[in-house]
Amino acid sequence: MSEHELRVSKIRNGTVIDHVEGGQALNVLAILGIDGSEGLGVSIGMNVPSDRLGRKDVVKVEDRELSQSEVDVLSLIAPEATINIIREFEVVEKNRVTRPETVVGVLSCPNRNCITNADEPVETRFDVIDSGVRCDYCSAVLRSDIAAHIDV
Amino acid sequence: MRQDHLITATQLSRDDIEAVLDRAREVAADPAAYANRHAGTVLALCFFEPSTRTRMSFDAAAKRLGIDTIDMGDVDSSSVSKGESLADTVRVIEGYADALVLRHPSEGAATLAAEFVDVPVINAGDGAGQHPSQTLLDLHTIRENHGLDDLTVGIMGDLKYGRTVHSLAAALTNFDVRQHFISPESLRLPRSVRFDLHETGAQVREHEELETVLDELDVLYVTRIQKERFPDENEYHRVAGEYRIDAETLAAADDDLTVMHPLPRVDEIAPDVDDTDHARYFEQAHNGIPVRMALLDTLLGGDEPGDEATTMGADHE
Repeated sequence: MSEHELRVSKIRNGTVIDHVEGGQALNVLAILGIDGSEGLGVSIGMNVPSDRLGRKDVVKVEDRELSQSEVDVLSLIAPEATINIIREFEVVEKNRVTRPETVVGVLSCPNRNCITNADEPVETRFDVIDSGVRCDYCSAVLRSDIAAHIDV
Repeated sequence: MRQDHLITATQLSRDDIEAVLDRAREVAADPAAYANRHAGTVLALCFFEPSTRTRMSFDAAAKRLGIDTIDMGDVDSSSVSKGESLADTVRVIEGYADALVLRHPSEGAATLAAEFVDVPVINAGDGAGQHPSQTLLDLHTIRENHGLDDLTVGIMGDLKYGRTVHSLAAALTNFDVRQHFISPESLRLPRSVRFDLHETGAQVREHEELETVLDELDVLYVTRIQKERFPDENEYHRVAGEYRIDAETLAAADDDLTVMHPLPRVDEIAPDVDDTDHARYFEQAHNGIPVRMALLDTLLGGDEPGDEATTMGADHE
């Protein structure tokens, strides 16, 4: 991204999640459980031009370095995302997201009659399969529309 | 059986199934050898939705093994009506019993229950999910009539919500069985069941009319199409009428065709079928006793008849 296209300023320390599919930035924050109440500085660029994606979203979280396991779950809605760890304005680490084997406590089951949608003391748990995710409790398969079932 | 619980039919290997069915055969041949084998053991029957035959069948099977049963009673009169979670209910009942039989209206309920207790949990039906003990008795019935290989099985009716269908279809993938699914478009197999069948590479075909496949079948497994699945009662009557069989329908079938039904039936199998050699659904229901005895005996640590049975206790993993 050239300087004149920068919509949000560089951060000193933290994490930049780049190459998020356009329109998914708020879901990225939801998956990460970041809603502003933590007091972290958060900047979002939505639908900014991208050579790779045409339009992309960028999320910058200040003063927090996200772990690989935290960001892997993003692969479900942002498979092209890159994770940049920033220290003193420099990128010190750059990773792609990889698909996790399971996703715990992030998605709600699309099956309304699943026991996880009753008022039980359990977190949802989904196996990640080639074509989407699958509820460990009721076996319901969720293919598209994963973002609509983010429940964090 | 490698597992401590029986939650879904997908967890069952061919060896698991054959071990239970072999034992069911032994039980049926010599019930006296199994009487009082598990004396001093308590089985909790936890039925969160109505059941007659499954509850009675487990109760009778347990008693024939010398197991005492305790019954949660109707949900309306239990603590569930006060809003207690399933997780709490089963954790309390775990303290009373050596194993739990659970029927619940929500899919995944047995999976959840098994996470909260250390005693064996048997799923006796979870919503439109699974009903694996029914499948074991279905397989026993098929095995005693035809064997379980080189077989063509048709499963007809409500394939979408029918938990007996979901479990049976999954279990049959362990054997050399060609499966035909016959239903109206709106009641086809759900995506989750198709996924499992696809994963196993099972030979599966779907049809809207029984006539297209009837003469190929060794087994026809009929299930009830329920009125509440249709928004419009006229539509229900129209659709359900197309999936009823009678003696005349079966004239086109192989002489050795076995007709099964998990029961209760309403009118999807006409009474005149009862008098034909095809009808096996009452035999199937009666097989619930030796098969559930074999299942309980396996989960509660039964060894060969004559050996002292080892009962499940605090050391259970």
